[in-house]
Amino acid sequence: MATERHTLTALVDNEAGVLARVVGLFSGRGYNIESLTVAEVDPVQRTSRITIVTSGPPAVIEQIEAQLRRVVPVHAVTNWTFASHGIEREMALVKVSRHALKAAKAAAETFGARALDEGSGVFELTDAPAKISSFIEAMRGLGLTDVSRTGVAAISRDNG
Amino acid sequence: MATDMTLAARPAALETLSLTGAQMVVRALKDQGVSHIFGYPGGAVLPIYDALFADNGITHVLVRHEQGATHAAEGYARSTGKPGVVLVTSGPGATNAVTGLTDALMDSIPLVVLTGQVATHLIGTDAFQEADTVGITRACTKHNWLVKDVNELSRTLHEAFQIATQGRPGPVVVDIPKDVQFKTGDYYAPEQIRHRTFRPKTEPDKDAIARAVEMMAEAKRPILYTGGGIINAGPKASLALRELASLTGFPVTSTLMGLGAFPASSPQWLGMLGMHGTYEANNAMHDCDLMVCLGARFDDRVTGRIDAFSPGSKKIHLDIDASQINKIVRVDLPIVADAGKAIAAMVKLWKAEGLKAQAIKDWWGQIDRWRARKCLAYQASESLIKPQYAIDRLYALTRARDVYITTEVGQHQMWAAQRFKFEEPNRWMTSGGLGTMGYGLPAAVGVQMAHPGALVIDIAGEASVQMTMQEMSTAAQYDLPIKIFILNNQYMGMVRQWQELLHGGRYSHSYSEALPDFVKLAEAFGCLGLQATKPAELDDKIRQMIDSPKAVLFDCRVDPTENCFPMIPSGGAHNDMILSALSDAEVSDEGKMLV
Repeated sequence: MATERHTLTALVDNEAGVLARVVGLFSGRGYNIESLTVAEVDPVQRTSRITIVTSGPPAVIEQIEAQLRRVVPVHAVTNWTFASHGIEREMALVKVSRHALKAAKAAAETFGARALDEGSGVFELTDAPAKISSFIEAMRGLGLTDVSRTGVAAISRDNG
Repeated sequence: MATDMTLAARPAALETLSLTGAQMVVRALKDQGVSHIFGYPGGAVLPIYDALFADNGITHVLVRHEQGATHAAEGYARSTGKPGVVLVTSGPGATNAVTGLTDALMDSIPLVVLTGQVATHLIGTDAFQEADTVGITRACTKHNWLVKDVNELSRTLHEAFQIATQGRPGPVVVDIPKDVQFKTGDYYAPEQIRHRTFRPKTEPDKDAIARAVEMMAEAKRPILYTGGGIINAGPKASLALRELASLTGFPVTSTLMGLGAFPASSPQWLGMLGMHGTYEANNAMHDCDLMVCLGARFDDRVTGRIDAFSPGSKKIHLDIDASQINKIVRVDLPIVADAGKAIAAMVKLWKAEGLKAQAIKDWWGQIDRWRARKCLAYQASESLIKPQYAIDRLYALTRARDVYITTEVGQHQMWAAQRFKFEEPNRWMTSGGLGTMGYGLPAAVGVQMAHPGALVIDIAGEASVQMTMQEMSTAAQYDLPIKIFILNNQYMGMVRQWQELLHGGRYSHSYSEALPDFVKLAEAFGCLGLQATKPAELDDKIRQMIDSPKAVLFDCRVDPTENCFPMIPSGGAHNDMILSALSDAEVSDEGKMLV
């Protein structure tokens, strides 16, 4: 079966070891993690959202979701990949060498990235993950020196 | 960790008791109805042992190794349906418990394991007997906790029991630092605690049940493939299964874990299925047109080669754990629910709709032709005790009694599963998923603690039993008359069998050299030692074993070259069995890669 890339989110209790449980589930069962994002989202309820981009055949993705739901502090699991109401964003910081600054600025403008600090050649872009990848590829041709990506965050468009 | 209670205004609403952490442990165990715990003291649990000293309400069984405590608790749990409770110290106490935790996770056995931990201010400093217990046990528990605040302790303990016993049962660990055991805080009773999110689904979906009985009424070649989930769902589930089988007339097979849920004396019983299952059970699985899987999980020991697994059947899968659905085999109808509730719902609907099964006489005719192959037959001997003969005699001489059987792992385990006939659930305690050699002896200790008047027999191998032999001392201390019936073939028999069939007869390190004299060993423990070397003396010796008020080590010397058949060779399909040593089935290179 063909490998597919999926974005999953898990709403979890923000308790000690919860991230280790989720990550250990992936390593222990041989699942891939392409990116991982986690932060507390509700300080009153003490819940965090973990967003994981993973890849595998559809049957494996189905297992990953089922296995995640077994983890005791996991409240809910959502797969955003075929959900028309899902929206995904990632942020990247991209640095180019000084001599490439001028060309990089022009390229950054077409992608809608903004220069964070003129002197150091650091640009910031928040967009869909594929756009981020294209932006990085474009910068690579110009004199890319470093990249930092946050991993994906996902949320529903539904409102009400 | 936030729960309902922390969100509510707890002190005003709830009555609490002020106790030390150690007192809370004892109080929580009693409030949870715990009567027995299996444990071993050490520095980091001394306050809890002090609290036990001051309280007579709980029987503590002192084991000789923490692995023994976990298996004893498993034996206790499996024979009673209640959770098994273990108390061990930090560091090596906790790491020694890891095998039993993993065993309980694989076989879905409810265990609550309490571990001591170094004081909170020492955590992370490589202190004496410090281990990252929650880190180490994260992968071998259903859930675990490190309790750093004494006010969180009673809640955590009660949640631990909920999680261990509800939904798919499993082991949990509560790691309690020594300073938390000394501190005083608020104790909450079980009824004041409810986990914030943990709500396993146990009620079956009505439409799924309706569809299931419809499929069953249409089936021409049906089979009920049952598993340990029925045992775990309690005696009611076994009763429901019996009613379903009687209403439908369907043939019934079971996994290793499910033996006893359906009576072996029933004409509808096909015997165990899988790698060492019967010819009739495996062929019926292969050729059926409807497979009704009830509380089993399509383990590799059951399915054999997946792409040749029951190719022509529709499959219904009932499991309490949604992650088991479509994990190994795609099924046509999943039912996520408690096995007892779901089977009872099927029975009810079948009756209410006045359904009738198809005439499945032809199917039974086919099954009878498979049965006629007498796949469990073996070459009898007058000079050597055949292991199959030993099991048959053990069964014949004990069947009138209230018998509980535990096993170690290997050939003896498979012969016991094939030949011992179980009529009731909770009478068969064996390490299925993990395959833990050394399980049976301590498990027998736990079973006998729970059932003082019963006849508890560990059907063992001479290699396995040496792994946890020290628990004979526990049996002696508590006057537990457990019977360790060792099929001594002087080999790690299953390893030897695989080496014969798959590795050109090169018996690399599988010979049990320098064996102890088991009779003297028994005497050294203050137990009774018996030995049988000839078939003619076996019955008398077995009677002596049964009649002894002591724990017994029975050294039953059996034919060292006997292999366990039938066998689906690695990588083989259900209809691809080796029936005896005379068969010439070959194992593919791919098959050799599998364990």
